[in-house]
Amino acid sequence: MAESNQAFVRTAILPPQAPPLTEKGVIKWLRENLFSGWFNTILTLAALWAIYSLIAAALPWWLNGVWNAGSLGECRTIVAERAGPDVTGACWAMVRDRWHQFMFGFYPQDQYWRPTIAFGLLFAAITPVLFSGQKRLQTLMLTGVAAFLAATLWLATVPMLPVALTIILMLALLALAQVRPAALMWFTVIYPALAFFLLWGGSFWGPAVAMAGLLVLLLAYRLLLPLTGVGIAAGAGIGLALLWWAVLDAPIAAGLAWLAPIGLEPVASDRFGGFLLALTIGVTAISFSLPMGILLALGRQSDMVLIKTLSVGFIEFIRGVPLITLLFTASLLLQYFLPPNTNFDLILRVIILVTFFAAAYIAEVIRGGLAALPRGQYEAANALGLDYWSAQRLIIMPQALKIAIPGIVSTFIGLFKDTTLVAFVGLLDPLKGITQIVRADIAWKGIYWEPYIFVGAIFFVICFGMSRYSMYLEQKLKRDHR
Amino acid sequence: MKKSLFFGTLAAASALAGFASADTLADIKARGELLCGVHTGLTGFGFLDANGEYQGFDVAICKAVAAAVLGDANKVRYVPTTTETRFPSLASGEIDLLSRTSTWTLSRDTDLKFDFVAVNYYDSQGFMVRKELGVSSAKELDGETICVQPGTTTELNLADFFKSNDLTYTPVNVADDSEAQRQYIAGECIAYTTDASGLAASRATLPDAENHIILPEIISKEPFGPVVRHGDNTWGDIVRWTFYALVAAEELGITSANVNEIGTSTVNPEIRRILGTEGDMGAMMGLDAEWAKRAIAANGNYGEIFAANIGESTPIGLARGLNAQWTQGGLMYAPPFR
Repeated sequence: MAESNQAFVRTAILPPQAPPLTEKGVIKWLRENLFSGWFNTILTLAALWAIYSLIAAALPWWLNGVWNAGSLGECRTIVAERAGPDVTGACWAMVRDRWHQFMFGFYPQDQYWRPTIAFGLLFAAITPVLFSGQKRLQTLMLTGVAAFLAATLWLATVPMLPVALTIILMLALLALAQVRPAALMWFTVIYPALAFFLLWGGSFWGPAVAMAGLLVLLLAYRLLLPLTGVGIAAGAGIGLALLWWAVLDAPIAAGLAWLAPIGLEPVASDRFGGFLLALTIGVTAISFSLPMGILLALGRQSDMVLIKTLSVGFIEFIRGVPLITLLFTASLLLQYFLPPNTNFDLILRVIILVTFFAAAYIAEVIRGGLAALPRGQYEAANALGLDYWSAQRLIIMPQALKIAIPGIVSTFIGLFKDTTLVAFVGLLDPLKGITQIVRADIAWKGIYWEPYIFVGAIFFVICFGMSRYSMYLEQKLKRDHR
Repeated sequence: MKKSLFFGTLAAASALAGFASADTLADIKARGELLCGVHTGLTGFGFLDANGEYQGFDVAICKAVAAAVLGDANKVRYVPTTTETRFPSLASGEIDLLSRTSTWTLSRDTDLKFDFVAVNYYDSQGFMVRKELGVSSAKELDGETICVQPGTTTELNLADFFKSNDLTYTPVNVADDSEAQRQYIAGECIAYTTDASGLAASRATLPDAENHIILPEIISKEPFGPVVRHGDNTWGDIVRWTFYALVAAEELGITSANVNEIGTSTVNPEIRRILGTEGDMGAMMGLDAEWAKRAIAANGNYGEIFAANIGESTPIGLARGLNAQWTQGGLMYAPPFR
């Protein structure tokens, strides 16, 4: 063929060449993402300049941080000695000196082990809720709790008996997680009473007898269930439990306390502060607002006029009022309506109203989840012959809650951060209350960023943890292939 | 409509609360502790120390009253109150006594239905500026930036002062004392104005305290005092005379060191009356004879309390000034114990 002799036709394929310098690696990425046009180039340069000036302004302050000093003045002297005059430096010595107040408020120092155990057991109690049916994760979590408690109790000075009891309890829980993980839920049920006893102290029998009220409820429900329907059995159970709490509770607790005086040194609520207070309010409000919110969401969708009206009224009223207003109501207004000289604990009042507040928001988030369910799911439940509660429990709620997870967790994160607002009613929250107290000490007066950064970092860890857990849960519950 | 109903109910409830607890002294004795409203944290006046104990100039009043009434200065339950909650807490009966740098004004005394039983600290609003500015009077601050906390009487006084002197200024709003200090150090404002006692404490903690001065002008009167509710004059009398016992003790030379023996060793009849060796002053208020002795023993006399918490030997370093005894040119003047 004539063509094959033509010099300009290539006979061999060229070996592949590396792309031009501007079209590969870092340079390509920079060109595409940061300098893709004159406008983006300007934005990139401006952003770089902003980041540089932020770091240039803040970095010396961080690098010159002082951890060992007795007062802000000493901190300044040390920074000046080390880095010369007119250089700023963080004074973390304040955190070192006062960290226990940021954690525990003014809880008696020799009793710090009590909130510590309560905090550790909190994670043991939420394990079966967070990781239901995941034996490996549950064991991991419980081991973590045991390690945390072992480490902290070893560092702190604690009487022998509580340490022994805690060790036995943790070993029992770990064993239970291997044998019957479902039974761990019972610990979750008794945890509130246990935490109350640990935190506030007093007679052991008070919370114990109050918990027995729940047993009365359960017993009545179980006994009546075959005879009557769910509604009547539950109603009678609640009625009997209320009767127990109203009439029998106090004398029985007093009698038992007289027979066997077991108890811890009582700690008044006004000693609570810092993260102990934030977690007490936050955890209680979170755990009670979810069931309450579910009931309110269902109530709002109910066909029964009274229930629907009450639910809508409650939700709209609470959502229509700022949290600060509710807190002032709790701290100032309720006192007017109570008989003189009754001392209804301020923290309890605040917890109740924060719970109401969160429940109203949760109710609306869950209503969103319910609204997102196709009508066919309700009809399918009816077609299977399930009654209302079974349908809710087995078909509707699992799906609705799954849809609502991001909203629910957002509400919880918001709620936990909102606990700092209690500073406005004179409670010692970590951000403002404790910071103000630390600053009132002449040694630390004038300190500005350090307490905020310290408290903010702890809040971030907790809120970020909640957020990551919600993503894990969404991933785990993902059943579709969108 | 909802609002008026709400406030109507509130008013009715508060009236009821007022009737129901008219005998504060009996309530306190039955309860076994005094409920005392204090500051959530103000250097020198009321704050929790590192051990979680309340300390301060205002807190000392709570201790003295508890010692007089209950016989033990530690039988106090302190209720930390904020600017917003202090007066409603007192009105609702959540506290028996408010001792929290509260300025005595006509509207608080009448409209809010409180009694300011005495003045335990005469404060005034002042200005802090840098020395290098060369300013010697607040009237030279025309057109300058001034750091001030909005929503306080300080802000109103500042506006009044500049208006009445036909001057202008630019306010730099700050949320609290620590922010004010930061802004002032950063040069965002030329002057910082607040109560002179607070200014002294702020100045003491500045990195270069010697380069700052507090201007001599007094642009407002801020008489602070313990407050009680209307409707129980006996209780008001007890607080008032407990405080005056501390003032009189300083005047007459009764100190925490000699309070136990001077009552019998002296011939001065007024000292003997105060300390209960003579007469029955305590019984006239429903207390025992040694009420004032215990009140003085709790933290010492007025001068000792001042010196221990805010006086010139403390870092705050306030001079007695208006708060000196009347014999020393101040305004502390206890009526006769007779």
